[in-house]
Order: sequence, then C-alpha cells, then structure tokens
Amino acid sequence: MSNGAGRILLDVRGLCASVAGVPILKGIDFTVRAGEVHAIMGPNGSGKSTFSKVLAGHPSYEVTGGSAVFDGVDLLALSAEERARSGFFLSFQYPVEVPGVANAQFLRLAYNTVLGGRGRDELDPLEFDDFVREKMKLLEMDPAFLDRSVNTGFSGGEKKRNEILQMALLEPKLAFLDETDSGLDIDALRIVAQGVNHLRSADNAVVLVTHYQRLLNYIVPDFVHVMDGGRLVKTGGRELALELEARGYDWIGKQAA
Amino acid sequence: MDVTKISREFLDALLSGAAPVPAEGLAALRSHALERANALSVPTTRDEEWRFTDLAPLYRLALKRPLDDVPMPSGEAIAAWIAEEVPTRLVFVDGRFSPALSSALTAGRTPELTVTTLAAAMASADAVVQAHVGKLAGVDDDLFAAVNTAWLRDGVFIRAGRGAAGGTIHCLFLATQADVVQHPRVLVVAEEGAQVALVEDYVSLQEGAYCVNAVVEIAVGANARVRHVKVQRDSAKAFHLATTAVSVQRDGFYGNLAVTFGGRISRNNISIRQDGPGTEFELDGLAFIDGRSVADTHSFVDHAHPHGRSRQLHKCVVAGGAHAVFNGRILVREGAQKTDSTQENRSILLSDKAHVDTKPQLEIFADDVKCAHGATVGQLEAEEVFYLMTRGLSEGTARNLLTYGFAADIVNRIPIASIVKSLAARLLEHTGGQEIA
Repeated sequence: MSNGAGRILLDVRGLCASVAGVPILKGIDFTVRAGEVHAIMGPNGSGKSTFSKVLAGHPSYEVTGGSAVFDGVDLLALSAEERARSGFFLSFQYPVEVPGVANAQFLRLAYNTVLGGRGRDELDPLEFDDFVREKMKLLEMDPAFLDRSVNTGFSGGEKKRNEILQMALLEPKLAFLDETDSGLDIDALRIVAQGVNHLRSADNAVVLVTHYQRLLNYIVPDFVHVMDGGRLVKTGGRELALELEARGYDWIGKQAA
Repeated sequence: MDVTKISREFLDALLSGAAPVPAEGLAALRSHALERANALSVPTTRDEEWRFTDLAPLYRLALKRPLDDVPMPSGEAIAAWIAEEVPTRLVFVDGRFSPALSSALTAGRTPELTVTTLAAAMASADAVVQAHVGKLAGVDDDLFAAVNTAWLRDGVFIRAGRGAAGGTIHCLFLATQADVVQHPRVLVVAEEGAQVALVEDYVSLQEGAYCVNAVVEIAVGANARVRHVKVQRDSAKAFHLATTAVSVQRDGFYGNLAVTFGGRISRNNISIRQDGPGTEFELDGLAFIDGRSVADTHSFVDHAHPHGRSRQLHKCVVAGGAHAVFNGRILVREGAQKTDSTQENRSILLSDKAHVDTKPQLEIFADDVKCAHGATVGQLEAEEVFYLMTRGLSEGTARNLLTYGFAADIVNRIPIASIVKSLAARLLEHTGGQEIA
C-alpha cells in the first residue's frame, strides 16, 4: 500500500503530555503519510489511548513539549472541533451515550458542521436520511439505529459500528481508531474492518491503536509500532505484530533498555 | 411586615366565597375541609416540608375569584394546545368547565368508560364519586388540599369500569385571567383490570400572576393500569400548588410522568400508596426551569405490601437564578418484603446562580428488600462535551445538544406524539434552537 511517497499527513516530534501533573507521553516521534496504515500496539497503560486523545484535543491532557503538524497545520493550536473540521478523526474506545438525542439528529449535525465547513451542501433531514442509509449498508447497520438515542443501549459492537459510520460520514484525512476491535466478536470485527478498508484511499491514512494482533488480520498495516512507558520503543512491519502476539510485550522493554 | 397577618388575609381571600354548591353526600366532606382550612396556618420555611421553598411571594398576592362573565377563549386561541390524537378532551378555563372547547363527552366512549365533570357526577349523586372523592388526598394536615376540597364544585371525573380497555383523556386547564386562583380537581377510578391514561395539562394564555391549587386523586384497582402525564406550562409569574394522591391495589400499575417548566413557584406533592401486593410504580420527572423559578417536587412512595416495585427518575435542568427542589421519600413498611425500589435524581446546573436542593429519604422497616437511590448535581460531563467536539460541534453547540438530550430523555417517554413534539420544541428554544435541530 505504502511506497513512502505519499505526502506527510501527520508529523509528531518529541510530544510530551501529562494529566493532572503526571507525565504520560514522554517524547513521541511519529510520522504518517497519505495512503498508509499504522498500528500502535502496547501493553495496558503504555500511553496508547492518551496519545490518541491528546491529538484529538482532549481538555484533560496538558501538552508539555514537542509538536504535532497535521497536513501542514499546527494541530496543537487548534481546538477539538477545529481538529475534527480539518480532517482529524478519533474513533473512541468507549463511545459516549447521549440519551434523548436521536442518532440521526447527531449524525446530521456532525455531517453538516464538518462537510458544510468544507463547502459541501448541507443536507436537510430527508436528504440526510437517504445519504446515511447508504453509508449504513456498508456497515450492515439496521436503519432503526437512526431513531435510537446516540449509542444509548447499543451493544459494544453496535457502538463501534456507529463510530465507523461517523468516520464514513465525516471523510477524515486521518483516522485514529482507538481499540476499535476490543470487545467485538469475529463477525462484528470483520464488518468493521471491511468498512474501514472501504474508506481507505491514497489520500487518507488510518492509525489503529490496539492491544491485539487480531484486527491486523483484517486491516493490514504498513507499519507496526510498539508503545511502552509513553514512548514508541520499536517500529517494524506487519511481522512485528505477529511476533508480539507470540512473545508478548516483555521482551521489547528489555531490548529497548 | 407581619407575615402571619399577610398570610391570614391571603387565606381569607382564598376561602372567601367558598360556599359549596349543595351536592348529595359531599356536604360533610366540604365543611370538614373548610374547618381544617381555617384551622391550619399557611406553611413557611420553618415547616420541615417547606424548608427549601418560601411561599411568601404568593402570600403577598391579592388573589380573587375568577370572573364568570369574561368571554371564553376561541378554539383558535387554544389550537396550539390540542393533542389531535387524543379525541377525549375536557377544557377548563380559569377553573370553569367549557363545554364548547371540550370534546363531546360521549366521544370515543365505551359503556365501561365514564368521562364527565365532577359537577355533573355530584349532581346525580354518583356513588363512585361519593365513595372516592376526598379519600386519598387528606385535608387534615394539608392546607392547600383542604382549601381545594372546601371549594369543591367541579372538576374531572373518570371512571374506567371493570376491564375497560385503553382510552386517553386530555384535561386542559387554561389560565386566562390574572390575579385569580383556580382549584382544579380530578378523580380517576380504574376498576379491576381497567386501563386508562390521563393527561393533566396546565397552560396560560396570559403572562400575569395567578394561582393554581390542584388536587388529583387516582384509585387504581386490582390489576388495573393507569398512566398519568402531567405537563405544567404555566406563565412565568404563576404559582402552581398540586397534590396528587394515588392508591394502587394488588398487581396494579401506576405510571406518573411530570414535566414542569416552572412558573414563579411550583410545588408538586405526589404520594403513591400500595394497597396490595405485587404493584408496580413508575415515576419520571423533569423540571426545566430558568429565570427565578422555583420548582419543588415532593414525592412519597409508600410500599405497604410485599412484592411492590417502584422506579423513579427525576431530572432537573436549572438555568439563570432558578431553584429546583427534589424531596423523594420512600417508605418500606414492616412486612413489605421483596420490595424492589430505585430512585435517581439527576440535576444539571447551567449557571452559577442556579441552585438545587435534593433530599432522598429512605425509610426501610422490612429486611428482605432491594432499595437503591442516587443523586447527582453538577455540570455536563466533560467527556460527553469532548465526544461531540471531536465530531466538529462547537463547545456551545455540544453543551446545548447534551442539555436538550438530558431533558428530552424524559419528554420522549410521553406516549402522545403531538405532546412530545410540542414539548421538544420548547426544550429546543432554550438549547440553541435551529443550531441543534
């Protein structure tokens, strides 16, 4: 997929961040080019989710050093909604439930805000209904999910499909998928992965943040990185994920030390 | 200023002209209520039941009886408040029944379902009315229920006979005059196996101050099901005092969904008593208030028999300098084994001056029961706001959408689509309108 020639979408240099005064990210260098798929793996507590949230603009994390340039723009200077509008997408590990707000209302609002901001025509409820139903087919989602409250009472797999549906609607340049595979059965995993693969192009990129190798059977990465102690300690190709699955994470720390 | 003197004058004004029309069998009830109303003093914040809600602004009002000779509003004037999918509608204007605005009282009727005015039922000495009215809403210690009962001359009477199926009745109480007091009264009797739904709806066609002093009594028979929706959308200057008293017999169901948009001060007392085993109660409440409204809900769930279930969710959205009060009392009496009861009160404060007092009150005298309760007061969850912002929504839009959803979660449970639509539109007005629609 990648020949190393795509334009640079994300360039992170020496990124450090802390939460409530506790350093979590301790100097991350990470580059993603258009057309690439990266996987970031690592044990629990290594900082994988924090990295995604810091890039998405979570207010609880304080960036204490380094830089992140997203498609030529200083990502860290943007608010969370500006990052989303400029094409950065985060699929949440734990998507938030919003009782009382119909999924269709939420999705249309997000679509009109993000794509409207890029010059696309805003869609009224009827137009949007047709549009979103097409996208839902990709994820084999029942249209009944449009009328239900956002993520409320959804199973784990339904929530993750709803995340990828948002990715399909918002057409991001760069999507971070945080633990999109955890808690999914094989059927749901296959559907979600098919959806992601369908959305990939030479102009965008995907970063899979995952604890498990399993997802990488379905979305094949160009690069696999291992995070440990708030740093990317090892980078390799797809075979690194298989090695991690066979040997666990312990050997990495020893090798890096 | 002597509060005692003012309140005495206030009370005299409330009671003046409370000369009951004669009705077979109710004279004793009314004269007893009048006696109690004269004996009781008006509540102040020194009374435990009123410590969070100060009625002094009400006592300063010079209230009078509504005039009888003012013209009734036109059908057009009230069109916005009509629920088209509910054919049976009783309309009261400043407490007075309006046959012209109401549906024909035979509309949608079956032999098992009686919907009429209390005046008509009392005039014919209806035995069911005589057996039930004043039995649930006690007057001995409750001044406002006593005043309402002393005034008792009209209201709504619904009787769903054995096995009567379905039927929703919309009771619309309109306020068209300022500085008056109205005393709405509703009696619902659902006999064994019957099913009926009541919508109690308070609306104002003017912006001045007035007082609603309502009493609703609902007797749910064995295995009967009653759903009760109360919508209170009085004027911002209105005072709304309401007593809802319910008893539920063996295996019966009672669901109460109450939405209040405040008024100057609103106080809803809801008490539900278990009169047999195996009953089920659902209580959903929303106070959505702004300005300097005070919205006070006092609920009392009385588990007096085994195998009772109750679920309560009361939400408050408090903006401006408004003040919400929730006092949720649950009593599980000795012998009420296997009671399964939950209560949750969730409040969102939208400004620094907004204020909530919440007081769960569990009293459990049986040992084999499940009771859970919780109360949260705070701002919107930062994680929820962040989630919406990662989808491109501005922080303001995200907050509005979450506030809307928090409130709509209760409103959406109302089983009448046109009322949901009308209330959702009102929620939207206060949460960014088209920006989130």
